[in-house]
Amino acid sequence: MFKIVNKEVLNPTVTRIDVYAPFVARKAQAGQFVIVRATEDGERIPLTVADYDREKGTVAVIFQIVGATTYLLNTLNVGDSVADFVGPLGNPTHTEGLKKVAVVGGGVGCAIAYPVAKKLHDEGAEVHSIVGFRCKDLVILEDEFKAVSDKYVLMSDDGTAGTKGLVTDALKNLIESGEQYDEVIAIGPVIMMKFVCKLTKEYGIKTIVSMNPIMIDGTGMCGGCRLTVGGKTKFACVDGPEFDGHEVDFDEAMKRGASYKSGKDTSMKQRVISSKRRLNSYA
Amino acid sequence: MPNMSLKKNEMPSQAPEIRNKNFSEVALGYTEEQAVNEAERCLNCKNAPCMNGCPVQVKIPQFIAKIRERDFEGAYQVIAQSSSLPAVCGRVCPQETQCEKLCIRGIKGEPVAIGRLERFVADYHNAHAVEKVEKPVSNGIKVAVVGSGPSGLTCAGDLAKKGYEVTVFEALHLAGGVLVYGIPEFRLPKAIVQKEIDGLKALGVKVETDMVIGKVLSIDELIEEFDFKAVFVGSGAGLPKFMNIPGENLNGVYSANEFLTRVNLMKAYKDDATTPIKRGAKVAVVGGGNVAMDAARCAKRLGADVTIVYRRTEKELPARREEVEHAMEEGIVFNMLTNPIKVNGDDNGWVKSMTCIKMQLSEPDASGRARPVAIEGSDFDVEADVVIMALGTSPNPLIKDTTKGLEVNKHGGIITDEDGLTSVKAVYAGGDAVTGAATVILAMGAGKASAKAIDEYLSK
Repeated sequence: MFKIVNKEVLNPTVTRIDVYAPFVARKAQAGQFVIVRATEDGERIPLTVADYDREKGTVAVIFQIVGATTYLLNTLNVGDSVADFVGPLGNPTHTEGLKKVAVVGGGVGCAIAYPVAKKLHDEGAEVHSIVGFRCKDLVILEDEFKAVSDKYVLMSDDGTAGTKGLVTDALKNLIESGEQYDEVIAIGPVIMMKFVCKLTKEYGIKTIVSMNPIMIDGTGMCGGCRLTVGGKTKFACVDGPEFDGHEVDFDEAMKRGASYKSGKDTSMKQRVISSKRRLNSYA
Repeated sequence: MPNMSLKKNEMPSQAPEIRNKNFSEVALGYTEEQAVNEAERCLNCKNAPCMNGCPVQVKIPQFIAKIRERDFEGAYQVIAQSSSLPAVCGRVCPQETQCEKLCIRGIKGEPVAIGRLERFVADYHNAHAVEKVEKPVSNGIKVAVVGSGPSGLTCAGDLAKKGYEVTVFEALHLAGGVLVYGIPEFRLPKAIVQKEIDGLKALGVKVETDMVIGKVLSIDELIEEFDFKAVFVGSGAGLPKFMNIPGENLNGVYSANEFLTRVNLMKAYKDDATTPIKRGAKVAVVGGGNVAMDAARCAKRLGADVTIVYRRTEKELPARREEVEHAMEEGIVFNMLTNPIKVNGDDNGWVKSMTCIKMQLSEPDASGRARPVAIEGSDFDVEADVVIMALGTSPNPLIKDTTKGLEVNKHGGIITDEDGLTSVKAVYAGGDAVTGAATVILAMGAGKASAKAIDEYLSK
């Protein structure tokens, strides 16, 4: 059992919990993930590391309430425990040698993009953060991003926060205005990552994306998280979760991400359906 | 006077048309009378050829003699000297290619049902024995075991009995490895695995779940920072193989590992399970090993029409004969000399069929088995809304990548000497992580050999 030592409601559907898991905290790095079971008999879901404190022995995850398991997770409070908290899994974000990077975050994906931006900032890189949300009420981590970014661009679908428009509009503007990035790191809904990659490919800018497919064990045993990268099958848990975005088959990833959504083609139980989608459904 | 019947006592089992709809154990076990009657078929051969077929050298004629004397607990004690998991082995060992293959009675008629007797004895013990495990006196020496499958549990048990302070690290939330995530409940009830693990805990073995060695801690750290004097790596087989044919990433295509993990570990067959599974109407399982049989029989129990697709003939099926027979009895269709070349999907990305090609057997290949060759122009479609690939696994890279100097072969298996010693001092390995996918009992044998070698190394 792993105790929750801090809980913060970031917006009506997004929650941060800090969990006491000293072994995980010892090793965790930006870009990695953990497998969480909220309760005994619960399902295993992957959640990306949002932050960690090696001295306190805590690891933070930020999740959106999209289904049964995340709903259950959100009912737990400080002092309660999650049954399992396994990690750190997957490979850390590669930041070596990067001098100027655009970090693009969408919705709750910003929770994953933030530690990447922070790491780049701490290592002395120039960071331009472009974050997008549906509306003002869903904006998260604004102050945190500002603190680690040389430029912070906030976009919203309805114009209630920052500029009305998509993150791709903002990224295009920056590139067109002459900003030269070593790399773009895009983390958000699969559809967002797909279009960021389409844009950056036109400009020939290397782009890294963080994939978050359905997983069970998270250690390379089940193969449920496979995706096609550069025409080859890769396992997100051991080969990723970050990949060269220009090589990823996003359309396939979107279909696989929706495997357990309701529909007449499946016989899944309604109440567990949406929890499988994890971060694929963004605020 | 021995019982000279040419046939072994039949195993009482659930009827096929009943059991293919539930997950309860198929075989029900011998009664005392059946066990004694079967034990009387043993000739008590002086040279005990059967023992040569057992990877852990169970004293087979001795334990069978105890059954004849109706000293069932005594029989258990004989087995327990050599095997730490008799209730498991009695159920999942391929006895027909091991001990029973060498039984003299098998020359004319059927061999003695050694496996069924082992199972009877273990179940008798579990039902009757008042467990009074004496915790051995600790020698204060710490040994780490990575993985809680058959090799790890065996190694841990043997070392704990010698007084070592053993900690088993398990990546999943539940200990047991393939015994809990892979082998289905109807072949190996999970309560039996749990009982074996509880037995180890009673010996003083610590089991740390949720610990992915190679990630949360490296082998080097276990030794240098946490003072483990030796490490045994029994991390299992690892990444599932696919065929690399078009359409393999469509929704509804599972690796056998994923399908079985959802069903067995996560209990997706239960109505109140939180982990979902696609219950297909028509399921095609690709492969012919025990894992393919397990996956097919699980799919059947989830209500599907199930077809096994295998590129050689029934004769070459690598699965245990008994598993194949059980699968056939349960109504699973075998499509032999058939190989998939493409998985076809609908507009939503779900599997709807698999295009296969007919095969014929040609000259034997490197494995000694006849090589299947495609018959040009013979392709046809097999309708399926779920496809399960049961093609074996390749070793998991997590430990290799994080252990300095650990040598692996070209398949990724850890290289060891006969005692399980790897290229790294004080680090031993065994089971599927070394051999690639093999059997429970071979893994146990490897765990046992390593436990002995670790004891010798640490006693120096």
